[in-house]
Amino acid sequence: MNIEILIIILGMGAVTYIPRWIPLYLLSRRTLPPWFVEWLDFIPAAILSALILPSILIAGEPRRLAPLTPEFLLAFPTLFVAVKTRSLAKTVLAGMALFWLVQKFSLT
Amino acid sequence: MNSASSDNSFSTATIRKGVAAAWPVCLGYVAVGLAFGVIARKAGLYPLEVGLMSLLVYAGSSQFIAAAMVGSGAGILPVVLTTFIVNLRHLLMSSSLSLHLRQLSGPQTALFAYGITDESFAVNSARFRQGDWDWHDALVVNHLSNIAWVTSTIAGSLLGGFVPNKALGLDYALTAMFICLLIFQVRNSLQAAVALLSGILAVIIALFVPGNYHVIIASFFAATVGLIIRRRKRRREKS
Repeated sequence: MNIEILIIILGMGAVTYIPRWIPLYLLSRRTLPPWFVEWLDFIPAAILSALILPSILIAGEPRRLAPLTPEFLLAFPTLFVAVKTRSLAKTVLAGMALFWLVQKFSLT
Repeated sequence: MNSASSDNSFSTATIRKGVAAAWPVCLGYVAVGLAFGVIARKAGLYPLEVGLMSLLVYAGSSQFIAAAMVGSGAGILPVVLTTFIVNLRHLLMSSSLSLHLRQLSGPQTALFAYGITDESFAVNSARFRQGDWDWHDALVVNHLSNIAWVTSTIAGSLLGGFVPNKALGLDYALTAMFICLLIFQVRNSLQAAVALLSGILAVIIALFVPGNYHVIIASFFAATVGLIIRRRKRRREKS
């Protein structure tokens, strides 16, 4: 194994692990102020949305808006299935099936 | 919950519960992991290095970026710094999970922290919110996902060009999962507004600011706006 690659991997591991661990370690054993708990209550919805939307709406390098891709357009029927069924399994399977169909019947 | 009694509760039921919750993550990780293995191999990483990176870093997007940088001959410091910035978003996830992981010991938090990813966070925080979910269940999700990631990236690097891409819509599994888990998180109109604001901000930031700050900045800002609106509303109701 190349020594430089090994150092890169160890460094990456350390800088990735620290932000994962510090908040959990510091916050999980103390009483948090109410405003902070309320703030954290918004974090899951905010993070999920901030992860999803750029990943389906932006493509290419340099980045550009790409709203006419299957990734973005299929988000709407997938969202509909999620709201209607409230089932993770059904939503994932429906999303995969739709994506598979669209890829099969376009751009061969 | 006292930790002495909970240490013994890794029952078959817990593992079954974890499997039932983790399968979409595992499915998605196999698809992305195989692709990462292939790309990392092309960038000049050996299967052993790929496996070690997946095990020690365990963060998909930063691994893709690192493989590309290593492939183009970037040095140690740029790769490590970029990884740090890309993965800073875990600060917010770790903080948010601390609400549900009360009174864990030091080693328990150290073990749990290892498994915090976008996907495990999404699944576990939805489950914690629905109830009937404790840190053992969450840990099973973390580790099953981890196994799927490490093994599929190694498999991808060994198989190289033999990996079929775009099979069975697997590439869309994680997106569909995130969409559904977002729906689970949005319980009222303010939550919906915060999510929308965060998503739009993230897109704008990603388009105009190079690098990978958009997730952390957008969610930090949107959650703060949500908090201000909620507090102001409550004050108005009181007066």
